[in-house]
Amino acid sequence: MRNIFAVAGVVIKELYRRKDFYVLFIVTILICLIMASINIYNDANIVRYVKEISLDLIWLCSLVIAVTTTARQIPAERENRTLLPLLAKPLTRVQLIVGKFLGCWLACGLALLCFYLFFGALAASREHHWPLLNYLQAGAMHWFMLGVVVALALLGSLVFAAPSSNSTICFVVIGGILFVGRHLDQQALKLAEPARSVVLGLYFALPHLEFYDMRDLVVHNWPLIAWKYIALALLYGLFYMAAFLIGACLVFRRKPVN
Amino acid sequence: MSTILKTEKLRVEYRSRELRQATKVALRGLDLEVGAGEVFGFLGPNGAGKTTTMNVLLGFVPPTSGAAYLFGIDVRQPIARQRIGYLPELTYYYKFLNAEELLRFYAKIFGLSRAVANQRIPELLKLVELEHAGKRPIKSYSKGMQQRVGLAQALINDPDLLILDEPTSGLDPLGRMKVREIIQRLKNEGKTVFFSSHELGEVESVCDRVAIIHQGELKAIGRVADITGSHANLEKAFLDIVGFQMQPAS
Repeated sequence: MRNIFAVAGVVIKELYRRKDFYVLFIVTILICLIMASINIYNDANIVRYVKEISLDLIWLCSLVIAVTTTARQIPAERENRTLLPLLAKPLTRVQLIVGKFLGCWLACGLALLCFYLFFGALAASREHHWPLLNYLQAGAMHWFMLGVVVALALLGSLVFAAPSSNSTICFVVIGGILFVGRHLDQQALKLAEPARSVVLGLYFALPHLEFYDMRDLVVHNWPLIAWKYIALALLYGLFYMAAFLIGACLVFRRKPVN
Repeated sequence: MSTILKTEKLRVEYRSRELRQATKVALRGLDLEVGAGEVFGFLGPNGAGKTTTMNVLLGFVPPTSGAAYLFGIDVRQPIARQRIGYLPELTYYYKFLNAEELLRFYAKIFGLSRAVANQRIPELLKLVELEHAGKRPIKSYSKGMQQRVGLAQALINDPDLLILDEPTSGLDPLGRMKVREIIQRLKNEGKTVFFSSHELGEVESVCDRVAIIHQGELKAIGRVADITGSHANLEKAFLDIVGFQMQPAS
């Protein structure tokens, strides 16, 4: 575990020393503050729109941070040749992969914490209440969704050498899952065999990231989801993280380092 | 003298990516043995198999056949790397870290306690003359400074065996002299140093023994004086061994 945490610590340092996070955070704050300061239609419920757009921005920024941070990890180590002195130490390739995953996931968690704190402060300033448990559920689900994305991007970074191609493919896959994935089962029913089985198989094999989207819960202050369902969803996420990480370790096991 | 590094009939083949090309043989049954406290020079022209040998020793490349051992442990086991230091040729360390943070990171991987790391890091920075730049980001370092921080990271665990891949490559004469001094100092401390270099004068001055490899085969191994033999210097002997014919000046 010592080696894994050492690698993870360097990844976290990298995130908060780069400008990417700060730029996204400041842009989100500015957009949200500008929106919160005006009320074009004199609508009493305008705060819901502000909350919805803020959460959309937070989702977008968190996905950008997760994918871009993870996609460059292993390719940058190879390109700068830092992988050589690193693997020349008593560090296994599995420890490196798990450390990179943990670092990226924790870094995303820290970024998410900043975003949600800002969002909470913004919402509280307008609504004068702070539904902490709703935020906790939404934040935890969001973080686990990012865990699946990080594991997927890490696997992708070992298959596609260039971080840019990996990032693009990850965004397409994640976008596809979020917007199309949930409808695949209905589409499958309209198809003839064997396409029907293939699409249904795809529907069940894909990680359903839309399960983790709890923006409506926060925007409309809906009652909490039962914790047992949250726990099940988190376990579902852990299963996909493990599957992608095992895949990454298998690919990296025999990969030449230079 | 105990054996620190050993290879037995080491053979490495790379499968060509192009369909009709045969597999490329990088090493052909290499037998090497390096004893404790030796400074061992590993020489050969470009593409001879020096870096491949180091890659096998460090567990980066699995041998096709044969075996390699460090301290009697198979190199495929990570624990074999606990007592070694490695300096690769031309590495660009994490730009967002400073030298102290980089050394602390590697110290953690070796399992050094915070107290030991706190003592060792300033010592190493002083040794490689980077004590004034320890808190500066590595991205602001010159090439020579990067190479020196590389040397410091290779020494962080006070290794018994140091593997250096062309340690003076890209350094100015002062930097080269400094690296030679450090190798000499390590030798005096009883450490084993295994290094590849194209600077034959440097090899002649610091090495106890050398091996010359060409096209994946070991061509000569022995004490510097024995290899040089009747030749004027090691460079002439090297050229003769690898079969290079000097063209007479017209």
